[in-house]
Amino acid sequence: MSHLLLTPILLPALTAVLLVFMARSSLKVTRVISLASALVVLAVSLYFVAQSAAGGIEVYALGNWLPPFGIIIIADRLSSLMLLVNAVLVVSSIAFTFSWKAERNDSLQPLIHFLAMGVNGAFLTGDLFNLFVFFEVMLIASYALAIFGGGKERAKAGLHYVILNLVGSSFFIIGLGIVYGLLGTMNMADLAAKVAELPPEHAPLLAAAALVLLLVFGLKSAILPLYFWLPRAYAAAIAPVAALFAIMTKVGVYSIVRVHGMIFNQAPIADLLAPWLWPIAILTIAAGSIGVLGVKRVRSQIAYTVVISVGTMIAGIAMNTAEALQATFYYLIHSTWITAVLFLLTEVIAQQRGSMADSIVRGPQIRQHSLLASYFFVAAIAVVGMPPLSGFFGKILLLKATPAGPAQVWLWSVILVGSLATIVALGRTGSTLFWRVTEYKDSKPKVARSSWWSMNSLMALTIALVVFAQPVLTYLGDMSAQLINPTQYFHAVLSTEVVSK
Amino acid sequence: MELILAIVIAVLTGTGIYLLLRARTFPVVMGLTLFTYAVNLFLFAMGRIRYNAPPVTNMADIHTDPLPQALVLTAIVIGFAMTAFVVVLSLRARADLGNDHVDGIDKPRPEKELTEQTEEANA
Repeated sequence: MSHLLLTPILLPALTAVLLVFMARSSLKVTRVISLASALVVLAVSLYFVAQSAAGGIEVYALGNWLPPFGIIIIADRLSSLMLLVNAVLVVSSIAFTFSWKAERNDSLQPLIHFLAMGVNGAFLTGDLFNLFVFFEVMLIASYALAIFGGGKERAKAGLHYVILNLVGSSFFIIGLGIVYGLLGTMNMADLAAKVAELPPEHAPLLAAAALVLLLVFGLKSAILPLYFWLPRAYAAAIAPVAALFAIMTKVGVYSIVRVHGMIFNQAPIADLLAPWLWPIAILTIAAGSIGVLGVKRVRSQIAYTVVISVGTMIAGIAMNTAEALQATFYYLIHSTWITAVLFLLTEVIAQQRGSMADSIVRGPQIRQHSLLASYFFVAAIAVVGMPPLSGFFGKILLLKATPAGPAQVWLWSVILVGSLATIVALGRTGSTLFWRVTEYKDSKPKVARSSWWSMNSLMALTIALVVFAQPVLTYLGDMSAQLINPTQYFHAVLSTEVVSK
Repeated sequence: MELILAIVIAVLTGTGIYLLLRARTFPVVMGLTLFTYAVNLFLFAMGRIRYNAPPVTNMADIHTDPLPQALVLTAIVIGFAMTAFVVVLSLRARADLGNDHVDGIDKPRPEKELTEQTEEANA
């Protein structure tokens, strides 16, 4: 088992390098290699999920340097789940690129794999500095992907995105520096143990480090004062990249759960985060709802639903109970996949609308209007959170998990009003795109079969989230128990064994 | 020594952040660079300052912590790559947008400033 743990990091890396060297080969060959590699990672992630569902936590000490000294790679329930969510997304995005005839393919596929490598690494690592390194791997791939295709709008959005994230990375190092200066270790499990022994006079400094790290993860996950880069960057990126970026905000959310939930949420600075996270969550949802009503392009609208979903997840994290975390991660899976579906769907609709693209104005009737309109309807229902699709269950679980009190009143009203705003906005979009039409236009090509495959697989999985809600929730329940009481994680890290040769 | 290092980091951070808040890409890139320097020094200083001590255990009774040095090397390499990337991106944005404003909108400068500049140029 143990060497297998490196597959989700090494395989994308090797594939990416291979594809860079094969830049001149035929598109068919490179695409097939790319997809095959992504499918293997998907299979491995499924295996990890099955393994950790049985209760095992796999630890791999790189170079046989045992914790707390070396870097460890660790797959518990949370990491395995996030790997799976990402692997599905990567497969779908790659499948979507297949239909592009005039694609300048010289770097798209390798960049997707580099991004996947960074994201998988961030999910798997058990070392705080290594988390930073994988963040950077992920970010540099995402910088190149964000401006892929060129053009004014992408250059502008890309510049903002890159500069903000570079500043964020510098703050990440500051946070890491303070943590190391105080505790003298970078291993997450060891850090958690050291925090408990920290003398009280150092607690304020550690609190400062925790909040600096919250700033960094908040920038990645796009919470309120830090989300302004997101709508532009997501709306400017090409569709498969925008779909792939659906996981990027979730990396921030994951890091908050992992780092703040496991390391900082104990004795000297326990409950440090809750007073920050509550207002942030509520204001993020509110800002996202205003944005979703105000923008003039479908892609920007979907980008704002990402902001709303991040706010919803942050609220779940702020509650910090097993129930709330279970709901949060159910919602996270749903939100990642459905956002990707919507980005891809918008792209195929925009292609058929021609020069109108995705702006919400009266335009020609598209070729496959009834089919795409129904598809948009179903996806919109899911993202808004109407029954019977996954968004509804995610939100209901979260609302149910809210403890009684003023927090409950705030969260219920903001989430429900936010959903209403999304319904209004997407309803208007749908009626404009499909009903307020001028002449029929059939000159545009039909949706390619690979694009259907890509969207249908994600859509089927979000529906499967509802159909198989019972086993999914059992898994998530066990996972949340593991997160709330991480002794099993610590035990697994500290009893790491040397890997046989 | 601690004081000097602290002042250096503070000045670098201050100038870096000031430049970051400018509206043109060149000062922003300079600001990022200075900020990265400050951050790297900060990370290095977190291993505590110690003289005449090798960063290896078992070699001397007094040894300095080797880990921050390894961490800061990684951070320097990453920072270097990122700076290179942002320079290229800025050049690209300059070419695509026709100016070096971070928002891509070149606002016409107030007339007074322009006349002052032409006067300077003439003088």
